[in-house]
Amino acid sequence: MTRPSTSAVRLDDVSRHFGKVRAVDGVTLDIQDGEFFSMLGPSGSGKTTCLRLIAGFDRPSSGRIELHGRDMTNLPPYERDVNTVFQDYALFPHLTVAENVGYGLMIRRVESTERRRRVREALELVRLPEMGERRPVELSGGQRQRVALARALVNRPRVLLLDEPLGALDLKLRQQMQVELKAIQQQVGITFVFVTHDQEEALTMSDRLAVFNLGRIEQIGPPAEVYEQPKTAFVAGFVGISNLLNGEAARKITGADAGFAVRPEKIRITAPSTAAAAGECVADGNVREVIYLGVSTRYVVELGGALQGTDLAVVEQNSGSPASGPQPVRGTAVRLLWNQAYNRPMAGG
Amino acid sequence: MAQSSDHRSPGTSQNTSLSTRLSATLYRRPLLALALLLGPPLLWLGLVYLGSLLALLVQGFFYIDDYTGQVVRKLSLRSYAQLLQPANLDIFLRTSAMALAVTLAAAMLAFPLAYYMARYAPGRVRGLLYLGVILPLWSSYIVRVYSWKLILAKEGIISWVVSHVGAGGLLERILALPLIGGPSLSFSALGMFLVFLYIWLPYMVLPIQAALERVPRSLLEASADLGARPSRTFRSVVLPLAFPGVVAGSIFTFSLTLGDFIIPGTIGNSSLFIGQAVLRQQGTAGNVPLAAAMTVVPMLIMAVYLWGARRLGAFDAL
Repeated sequence: MTRPSTSAVRLDDVSRHFGKVRAVDGVTLDIQDGEFFSMLGPSGSGKTTCLRLIAGFDRPSSGRIELHGRDMTNLPPYERDVNTVFQDYALFPHLTVAENVGYGLMIRRVESTERRRRVREALELVRLPEMGERRPVELSGGQRQRVALARALVNRPRVLLLDEPLGALDLKLRQQMQVELKAIQQQVGITFVFVTHDQEEALTMSDRLAVFNLGRIEQIGPPAEVYEQPKTAFVAGFVGISNLLNGEAARKITGADAGFAVRPEKIRITAPSTAAAAGECVADGNVREVIYLGVSTRYVVELGGALQGTDLAVVEQNSGSPASGPQPVRGTAVRLLWNQAYNRPMAGG
Repeated sequence: MAQSSDHRSPGTSQNTSLSTRLSATLYRRPLLALALLLGPPLLWLGLVYLGSLLALLVQGFFYIDDYTGQVVRKLSLRSYAQLLQPANLDIFLRTSAMALAVTLAAAMLAFPLAYYMARYAPGRVRGLLYLGVILPLWSSYIVRVYSWKLILAKEGIISWVVSHVGAGGLLERILALPLIGGPSLSFSALGMFLVFLYIWLPYMVLPIQAALERVPRSLLEASADLGARPSRTFRSVVLPLAFPGVVAGSIFTFSLTLGDFIIPGTIGNSSLFIGQAVLRQQGTAGNVPLAAAMTVVPMLIMAVYLWGARRLGAFDAL
């Protein structure tokens, strides 16, 4: 699985300002050829604007955009070798499914037998071989999503841009499409740039992801790295759930001044008198909330004593094994223990 | 104050219970609610509207006795046959040509304006443009036609401006042309065309603008994304999706021009248009059957027009 590390998309200090709003503010990133790359962030974080800059629907206020080493900064979308799957799918309502999928080929004057063959192949790839004669309005949301994907892929772009393509689907369909998208990406072997606000989606699908906030990239890396070693408080809070401890509370627990974040699933709930092992952090408190989640249970523990006023979230698997003992209920006094190696230092904490 | 509110409260509670019961009944019997809502308009449409149309059609099958001048109430194709006389065919051809010319010109003028309003104009500018388009509709149609009579007259502002920029000769040469010319703009087919265009333009702008507004920006981006240049996107996406709006607008401009008798009577020369001919037949000539038969002609032309638009796929995107 070693591929030559050539860059498919490169953004160099790219900004896009709308009046006083800095939608994208000095973004630099390098997406490798064949990579599944996600841009993750809350709405308004600049990820979609960034995607539109790559597609060419919008031009940066400053900075440089390269596709496969060629400067594309000021080229219109119809001269860029990228295709987009739109959030609302943007299927042409006056054309049939086959005409929609064949639109790009028709524009590029691909001869009609060849065109029909490739349209058929693309529809088979997204498992809609019988739908060619239908109109988009006759399709379900999931089917439209696949047609949009086929319409982009049929042109064999070197980079495929996907703007929250699964956002409008229900949970079951979304999970199914996540698996299919990933499989299709591996099958066709082209670069996917995937915009989403769903951290779970970004974690499960991507080779690497960039976390956006306020027009800037907070962290870029493989999913496990971003999740396990968040570099900023924002990443720690947005990608999964984190307990953020700073100032006074941090000093009480670790004895050091630096703020830190710790994941809820790293913390153990034990009986109040349990002795801490070497290198473990200790915090005592009372269970304030018990939230049953099926596979796991989330507890909110209100710390006591010198740590009064701080809440910690704790997640425990519902393994049902006798070793885990009776489940604490609301009001139970507990001791929380976790290895201090799980403490992620936070800048500015 | 206190007394009057005391007065009202029993009545109000009675009203509430009555209206509650009424709405409960209507909720339980949706068909009754539907009948109550649709009854009056359907009655109007059926009796007054379609009924009078039917009466008109039947009138056309009567004819007038050439000696007595009385209407003979026997079914006959005599009045319809009269439509085929060369003088009458002339009228139909002239009116249709004018309606077509006005419709084409209105569509060409309206489209860029509607496109700008729908896609680019910021809120305030769009509001002003809206106002500009519908403002003329606030004043009387007759007044506007007569104002144009003055504008187009030999001593009017157009002739004055044209002669002051030294293009008087050009205007004279245009007016000397057969078919569209005349002694002055206010007595020419060209002048009539200008007034028709002015009067009906809003009816073309508004439906096109409404149709264009419903085309999402992402469709245009998708087309560009798939390699289409702007001109290609316009032909393959914008135009097909806006076409129902163009057809809706052209139904207005075309049928309104076909039926109008004020503008040809005020601006035109002595050659008749359908509306004028109908007016003359049922008025001075007293030939109501022929007038009725003549009104069927615009309906037929419109039917053919709509059929053609349908064949062109005008309603596919609906």
